[in-house]
Amino acid sequence: MLRYALKRLISLLISLAVASVVIFAVIEVAPGDPASFMLGVNAQEDTLAALRAELGLDGSKMQRYLNWVGGMLVGDFGTSYTYRTPVSQMIADRLWVSLPLALYALTLSTVIAFPAGIYAAARRGKPGDLVVMGSTQLGIAVPNFWFAMMLVLIFAINLRWFNAGGFVGWSNGMWAGLHSLTLPAIALALPQAAILARVMRSALLDILGEDFMRTARAKGLSRRQALWRHGVRNALIPVLTIIGLQFSFLLAGSIIIEQVFYLPGLGRLVFQAISARDLIVVESVVMLLVFAVITVNFLVDLAYAAVDPRLRSRT
Amino acid sequence: MTLLRIKNLSLSIHGAPILKHVDLSIDHGQIVAVTGESGSGKSMTALAVMQLLPNGAEVDGSIQLDGAGLLTRSEAQMCALRGASIGMVFQEPMTALNPVKTVGDQVMETILIHKAMPPAQARTRAQEVLARVGLPADRFPLSRYPHELSGGQRQRVVIAMAIALRPKLLIADEPTTALDVTTQAQILDLLEGLVREYDMGLLMITHDLAVVADMADQIIVMRHGEVVENGATNDLLHNMQHPYTRMLFEASDHQVTLPEPPEPLPLLEVNQVVREYRLPRTGMFVRPRHHRAVEGVSFTLNRGERLGLVGESGCGKSTLTRAILGLEEVQSGQIRLDGQPVFTGHKPNLAVRRKMQVVFQDPFGSFNPRHRVARLITEPFHLLDTPPTGSDRQDRIAEMLKAVGLSPDDAGKYIHEFSGGQRQRIAIARALIIRPELILFDEAVSALDVSVRAQILDLLAELCEAYDLTYLFISHDLSVVRTVTDRVLVMQSGRIVEQGATDQVFTTPNHPYTQTLIAAAPRLPEFGKIPA
Amino acid sequence: MSRNLFLGAFLSSLVVLAALISFVWTPYDYAALSIPEKLQPPNAQHWFGTDHFGRDMFSMIMVGARTSIAVALVAVGIGMALGVPLGLTAAARKGSWLDEVIMRGNDLVFAFPSLVIAILITAVFGAGAINAIIAIGIFNIPVFARITRGAALSLWEREFILAARVSGKGAARISAEHILPNVANLLIVQGTIQFSLGILAEAGLSYVGLGAQPPTPSWGRMLADAQTMVSFAPHLALIPGVAIIVTVLGLNLLGDGLRDWLDPRIRVARA
Repeated sequence: MLRYALKRLISLLISLAVASVVIFAVIEVAPGDPASFMLGVNAQEDTLAALRAELGLDGSKMQRYLNWVGGMLVGDFGTSYTYRTPVSQMIADRLWVSLPLALYALTLSTVIAFPAGIYAAARRGKPGDLVVMGSTQLGIAVPNFWFAMMLVLIFAINLRWFNAGGFVGWSNGMWAGLHSLTLPAIALALPQAAILARVMRSALLDILGEDFMRTARAKGLSRRQALWRHGVRNALIPVLTIIGLQFSFLLAGSIIIEQVFYLPGLGRLVFQAISARDLIVVESVVMLLVFAVITVNFLVDLAYAAVDPRLRSRT
Repeated sequence: MTLLRIKNLSLSIHGAPILKHVDLSIDHGQIVAVTGESGSGKSMTALAVMQLLPNGAEVDGSIQLDGAGLLTRSEAQMCALRGASIGMVFQEPMTALNPVKTVGDQVMETILIHKAMPPAQARTRAQEVLARVGLPADRFPLSRYPHELSGGQRQRVVIAMAIALRPKLLIADEPTTALDVTTQAQILDLLEGLVREYDMGLLMITHDLAVVADMADQIIVMRHGEVVENGATNDLLHNMQHPYTRMLFEASDHQVTLPEPPEPLPLLEVNQVVREYRLPRTGMFVRPRHHRAVEGVSFTLNRGERLGLVGESGCGKSTLTRAILGLEEVQSGQIRLDGQPVFTGHKPNLAVRRKMQVVFQDPFGSFNPRHRVARLITEPFHLLDTPPTGSDRQDRIAEMLKAVGLSPDDAGKYIHEFSGGQRQRIAIARALIIRPELILFDEAVSALDVSVRAQILDLLAELCEAYDLTYLFISHDLSVVRTVTDRVLVMQSGRIVEQGATDQVFTTPNHPYTQTLIAAAPRLPEFGKIPA
Repeated sequence: MSRNLFLGAFLSSLVVLAALISFVWTPYDYAALSIPEKLQPPNAQHWFGTDHFGRDMFSMIMVGARTSIAVALVAVGIGMALGVPLGLTAAARKGSWLDEVIMRGNDLVFAFPSLVIAILITAVFGAGAINAIIAIGIFNIPVFARITRGAALSLWEREFILAARVSGKGAARISAEHILPNVANLLIVQGTIQFSLGILAEAGLSYVGLGAQPPTPSWGRMLADAQTMVSFAPHLALIPGVAIIVTVLGLNLLGDGLRDWLDPRIRVARA
């Protein structure tokens, strides 16, 4: 088990290293010099040089890459070109919106999808299954930002249960914070829940055809008991993969949803940075997102081993 | 009082008739074997007793356990019965256990689901039962997972689950078909012992008459969903009434006559061959260990000779086959055909390849489903410098199809239009079409029903006569190897432990392993052939 | 032909037809401004109403279908053209360093969701439809590589592949002759699904301004424009949304229907 975890950890570190090189290289080919962009066309050569030194833009490419990566390791993401404030502070503020939102949505999606998928599998071909499958088919087809707009129209503008946008901040208490993230979380979660429910159902149906399910029935388990005791845990293996993938979609999706609800999260930070050509912010946010995705996949790999004893004993 | 009585049982699935008026009965302590070829309905009969039939099944007639009807019971009542009064053992031990639960939990589940005793007691019972089936707790703790056990051990766990509550009736559906002969003999012994000890009734479903001939009290022969013959084992074997039963017996031990082999002249020379696989690393800084699948194997196959290679699963016979075919490179030693190596400079030697062809086991996986027969059997033409074209090609195809007992018109059909036996004929046609010097038969008749197998063996004998075949016949089935080979190699754990003339090896085996193998192989009693 | 297949084919062809017709005919010029007619709800003259500049929504939806389909289709093409050969190669050289490199590369691309790729590209090269295509296309490559490799690996174990090897055929030839035809069905089905995901992704990118730029109409940007007016002109948001849903739903149903229809196991059972 420990060896398995160690092996996955090494592959996580390699992925992160390669990803950082790719991101750095892409940003590197961007045309234009941030220093002259910031100071305008009439800047003096020596002021430019001073600013470059301040921003860490002098030195060879290799040196700058190492500075960037080395800084990130100790929590120093550099200084924003436009705001001249530490990028780490800007990101930390926004992360307190984006991360809870993604987790909130992931929880909602799982809580909705599991019962729906299990219910549909247990009633395969019956009206209950058809209703669930029909709604998931529709759920997959709905763009989440459009769904978000419809939620605003109904629950914020007409019913006035929620605010149409903005974030009250965690300083007003956790419930107030969660309340203002609820509509965005629902908008993010429902389409993902539709996918997850379908995966759960088909994974369970695959398992239902396995020999050991027949063995379980021969022992005297009812259909329902066999499904719960032997089906669900085996079905978790493919389902976990999808949950891992969904986290990255949720994180990326939250960037779009933040636009709908005017939430001060990573998404808004990134779009502001793009329009201001504040590339160091873009670079760091992208790296952070990639880090999150890779880490979640690592956790999913560990969860596999918890579910499947075959993985634990192999290497 | 009769334990299980099936009367006039008919079954159809989505309207298609599966069983027609089946009658059978089992007493306490009695072993009843139901036998027949695929499609005979023998497994469905077992599932009908369990009431675990597929969707769309309609049942008619009566099934009584201890005088009480089963067909009228509710699903909840059946659940209470399954596992407690009727236990069942299935064919495939590798998939019959839940991979993510320990064997202890799975055996205990049978006890707990029927609330037969509190968990602590159930645990003790599970330990006892596992010990009874040959898995004592000191060597096989309850915390083992299925993947940590061999096939035979898993089948013991399945049996333990089935008998944990001492059911009155045990149903075993092909319980040893997926196992090696030596393991099979042990499992059969175990089942027989359990029946005597617990005074259970055993309904044993099998395609292999030899397996049940010396074990069953009663044999029932089924065909196309009907019982064609039913009698006490001795009576039935001595005095077969139905021609189908007689055909089945004849085919189970089918003998063919091969033409005399020519003077020995070496064709294939295998010399000190070693094939290793690297095992996964056990530690970050530990050098990976190697598994020697083939360990210093040497033998010669003469031109015109029919050589057998027998051994149980994992003995290295498949690896050796792949090495001879030049599909994998060996670590050391040489394989030469006609004096030329099958591998030259890390590449398969094409000049040698065109002298060899192979027939595989699986009649369903051996062909690309998207190609027609003409294209399928001419694939080896790829090996020729100037493959025949036009009418030449058509003639060769037609000749080959006729040679294997098919019609030249079959060339335009797709593979799904053929039965398993016909597919093996097509596989032989594909192997023969470039007239190779050597053909490898890799378990080529193992997946076939006995009657079809007999026909393919006859075809093989005919082709030996017509084309002077030289072949290596790889099989786990001793009775088949005995009749279609002149000489035989016995393989165990990567080594050849014995070789010699087939008759001699079978009648007076020298190596202890060969002796075990031959003793374990189920045999039909000779009196089956003596006219009563 | 199943109900799914029929409904899916019907909805998908409806959208494709609208896109094709828009090249030769639309009820109005999609770009023609007519301020006096602005924000009309659906009516007899303007079937889908008009937007805040008085442009005909029906014409814009028709032309927007063009953008959506073009972006998603080319992205699927990129994914297939690069992913399928990579998957075939990885399977043919299973366990080798090449397989390892291809699969690790795939994992790496999976770590960059298409929106993140789009953000990177936009930050460097600016926004536009081409960049949206590239972003979605890159993300499609590992999808096709992985599914091709998985299916090809199980085929390589089959005896008919061994038979072909015994007949002296090399890995490239076997991949083309035996593997590819047997994974084609799977690729068609996956292609349909990626196509529908591409439509969704394009809409999302356009919505945040990273996709097609004005004056090219796109469904995502129509929704972005509609956002501030949703309380008094809900049809501006409803109609492009429904257009997206109909397209994606149609493609998904088509994919499901094709899978059932093409699956040889199910067909044998039916025969």
